[in-house]
Amino acid sequence: MKIMVPVRRVPNPDVKVRLKKDGTGIETEGVNFLVNPFDEYAIEEAVRITEKSGGEVFLVSIGGPENEETLRAGLALGAHRAYLVDLGGECYESSGIADILAAVFKQENPDLVIMGKQSVDTDNNQAAQMLAAKLGLAQACFAYKVELQDGKAVVQREIDGGLEVKEVELPAVITADLRLNQPRYASLPAIMKAKKKEVKKVTPADLGAEPKNRARVLGLSEPPPRKAGQKVASVDELVDKLVNEAKVL
Amino acid sequence: MNFELDDVQTLVRDTARRFAQEEVAPLAAEMDKTATFRMELVKQMGELGFMGVAIPEQYGGGGMDYRCYSIVVEELSAVCASTGVVVSAHSSLCCDPIYRFGTEEQKKKYLVPLASGRMLGCLGLTEPQAGTDAGAVRTTAVLDGNEWVLNGTKIFITNGGQAGVAVVIASTDRSAKHRGLSAFIVPADAPGYKVAKEEHKLGIRASSTAELVFEDCRIPKENLLGQPGEGFKIAMQTLDGGRIGIASQAVGIARGAMEQAIAYAKERQQFGQPIANFQAIQWKLADMATEIDAARLLTWRAAWMKDQGFKNYSREAAMAKLFASDVAMKATREAVQVFGGYGYIDEYPVERYYRDAKITEIYEGTSEVQRMVISRALLRD
Repeated sequence: MKIMVPVRRVPNPDVKVRLKKDGTGIETEGVNFLVNPFDEYAIEEAVRITEKSGGEVFLVSIGGPENEETLRAGLALGAHRAYLVDLGGECYESSGIADILAAVFKQENPDLVIMGKQSVDTDNNQAAQMLAAKLGLAQACFAYKVELQDGKAVVQREIDGGLEVKEVELPAVITADLRLNQPRYASLPAIMKAKKKEVKKVTPADLGAEPKNRARVLGLSEPPPRKAGQKVASVDELVDKLVNEAKVL
Repeated sequence: MNFELDDVQTLVRDTARRFAQEEVAPLAAEMDKTATFRMELVKQMGELGFMGVAIPEQYGGGGMDYRCYSIVVEELSAVCASTGVVVSAHSSLCCDPIYRFGTEEQKKKYLVPLASGRMLGCLGLTEPQAGTDAGAVRTTAVLDGNEWVLNGTKIFITNGGQAGVAVVIASTDRSAKHRGLSAFIVPADAPGYKVAKEEHKLGIRASSTAELVFEDCRIPKENLLGQPGEGFKIAMQTLDGGRIGIASQAVGIARGAMEQAIAYAKERQQFGQPIANFQAIQWKLADMATEIDAARLLTWRAAWMKDQGFKNYSREAAMAKLFASDVAMKATREAVQVFGGYGYIDEYPVERYYRDAKITEIYEGTSEVQRMVISRALLRD
């Protein structure tokens, strides 16, 4: 089975993000970037499937040359090869990203796409759904458990109040939630092997993709600093403040 | 030498950091309290290649360089100094000499299980009368037919209580003093091999420090490591590498303590504001960070020299260990100070870091020995 796993490069979620002074983006200088944590679940699931029943996992990362580092990290987790789609400094919202992923899909014709349910930087949670729509494939998002059986995937999804079981025909797009598996640590020999794995560098044009932006980021600003809380002496005072100060009652 | 980590080194650091934080940190306080190392960590670290970072993959190791080894030991030590020294003593003092001086058969038989973490290793050098004066070793080894027979006592042996294999320095010719020392690979199941006692320590409490007694301990003739009479040379060269490991451990301890201090200083409110706003605290943190970076650069230089194949890097390894252990003492002392009263109780981990730091000034050559090594190099010509 051939599995495609898109991976995104995100700033280390444990580090406080700082905005550039002009509000056009985030400060990347000195920031440690990692594989999007949800994508690690996707890689792990894909690698486990191929370890069990053969096949290969290829990664796709869209961004700039620095994404090679992200891809090497993913390759060290057991993926076999990778695509680096260089946007040449351009930036696309989810729909444009889905256009590029769809173009890679058409070149490779994988049996399955597994990706993180969202990236932890922009939290859009859109690319997978859009990819499935553009390709006319079935989708099963927020997977808790994935089982493959003759041309189908049975996916358990965590929903409010329980589990939903969904059966999708392959090829399909599945997104990984955090309880899908426990991703492995990259072993040192695996890190060394990852260095020698193929990373194919392409542009959207090479893929025949014409991504378009239908939305544009005009600016970023920090949320206003939180005001200090207050202590109240009694329930009456609390109610009074909620009614008269906060005006929420 | 490149100041920046390359892609591979970055990945090694990220993996080691994550493993340290997710798997080791939750166990650190408990292991310190009970003075027991969780051996399942050795297995886990073995699978990741951490038990033989700089040993080639064909011998069960991680196939990386000494810089990566330094990075792994630093990351582990930043959350648990005991785990750092378990790895460091095992790698530098047992795997490394077998890799460098062992025959192909010795490597297959002993290095592979060691470097892959199926077995822990130690070095038996120190004796009651032979500490800093390593040449005064009294343990003897006598050839009897096809076996060496060892007699003597080794003390303060890091990993001694849990090791499956010890590299032991023993005298094969007492009259030749340090030129009469030889090195041996001694499996812990050899007849006459005994773990006599475990020491109770101030710090690095989870790591085993044991006394090993050899009573007519018999090992096969082919377990001689290197040539007869090479024991002192093997021990000294092994310690050069070991000092890079301990310097890395010291950097890790210092960094871990600093990170704790920074987090606490931002949270702790006094006089209506975080204590991080006070210059008295800021300057402590600034000094810690500066000294830690300097210590790390000295350590990486020594590692780089070893990686480049420099024959002699004793001076640089000694400088790294001397300076880094001093930095570990200062940084942990100041970290406790930043925490104030809370730094002195075991509710927070900084008191453990403070206790753990001291040993870095003592083992694998005291700070006085490091100064001796450095000054000898200066005055040699």
